[in-house]
Amino acid sequence: MFADYYNYWVAIILMMLGFYIVISDANLIKKIIGLSIFQTSVFILFISMSKVEGGTAPILAEGITTYSNPLPHVLILTAIVVSVATTALGLAIIARIYREYGTVDENIIHDQDEEDEDNNEATG
Amino acid sequence: MDIQTILDISLLTLLAVTAVILLRLQNLLAAVLLSGIYSLLSAALFVSLDAVDVAFTEAAVGAGLTTVLLLGAIAITGREQSVTRHSKLLPIAVTTVTAAALIYGTLDMPKFGDPMAPIHTYVAPRYIEMSGEEIGIPNIVTSVLASYRSYDTLGEVTVVFTAAIGVMLLLGGLRKPKNKEKNE
Amino acid sequence: MNKKRSLILREACNLIVPAVLLYALYVQFHGDYGPGGGFQAGVIFAAAIILYALVYGRKKTQKIFPASLVRYLISIGLLLYAGVGVASLFMGGNYLDYNVLAHNPQHGQHLGIFLIELGVGITVAAVMIMIFYMLDEYAD
Repeated sequence: MFADYYNYWVAIILMMLGFYIVISDANLIKKIIGLSIFQTSVFILFISMSKVEGGTAPILAEGITTYSNPLPHVLILTAIVVSVATTALGLAIIARIYREYGTVDENIIHDQDEEDEDNNEATG
Repeated sequence: MDIQTILDISLLTLLAVTAVILLRLQNLLAAVLLSGIYSLLSAALFVSLDAVDVAFTEAAVGAGLTTVLLLGAIAITGREQSVTRHSKLLPIAVTTVTAAALIYGTLDMPKFGDPMAPIHTYVAPRYIEMSGEEIGIPNIVTSVLASYRSYDTLGEVTVVFTAAIGVMLLLGGLRKPKNKEKNE
Repeated sequence: MNKKRSLILREACNLIVPAVLLYALYVQFHGDYGPGGGFQAGVIFAAAIILYALVYGRKKTQKIFPASLVRYLISIGLLLYAGVGVASLFMGGNYLDYNVLAHNPQHGQHLGIFLIELGVGITVAAVMIMIFYMLDEYAD
């Protein structure tokens, strides 16, 4: 059973490592790196589901009868391009945050926000 | 244990080791480069799992472009992480519970490589059999992507287009005052 | 900042960039016969231009690929893709139905796939170059 499910379990462990980086690290850029690890491990899970034992890459050739399933490949191709689009947008937001707050540490940004709120309430 | 399984297991172990090291790194430049290595290792894993188109895209996009974008972001924000910390107990607990739930969920899945799994018996055989006659190009992934499922690809190009517009709106608004005085 | 990069970097860039551009064209048009296609080709093309910009500076690169041209290319790729669909409507089929584009359904499929992969490649390359320009300009 270990060899049957090894791919899936390691994909889930990688997913959880990426998830841990996202929720526990205070640096915003490290969070984006953790998100990219999470996304890549989801791709590994899907591509593991598409493999057929004894099959080859889904390119038609003479003399080959079993092919791996091409549908998850198409889905993951789209997902990879969407992931780079969201990473680029997230990094643009982080660049703006850095210019505004002077730091990319989420705790310091949160404290600055609370200070600004207190100052606004005090001055009315 | 044939060579395929050994390759699979060693690549997956290397991936897990890279992710664990990434957790503990404080230097952002090293973290960005390690994420590039992570993408390259997963591209090798995809080749071993017969997904050549996906491996190509992951290597070009993940190991190439995402690394360049992250390096551009680090050029703006600086290389070292700051040292604010809080207790890691809650994240570890949440992660462990989620991992246990997901692994319990995978026990229901079909075995790795099973040709009789439900995913291989509905639409995919029709595409594999008819793609040669209806479309006539050898690469089945391109024929599914560009012809059978072309609406999804249209949506994907629109997403990339929207990301470009978003980045242009966020980062492009800076006009240096000198230019404005020259124009007026 | 006009300091020149070292001779090794410049010569290596001069050797690598043409080869990578040629490889991007190969991947674009051989996506039917092997792995490849529009996305991969667009990303590889953008990677070559980004390499040139990293070695020779953004201003020199913007003489060849000015930001206004890249902005047009982003829209032209997507318009090409959607335009193929509208052309199918005019020829009597459904939206994005390639069978009606030529005299023979298989030729129609080949033509449709060629055009949309070209559109995808142009848009993806232009988007990646534009995002790099934006990040580079913001870092100054």
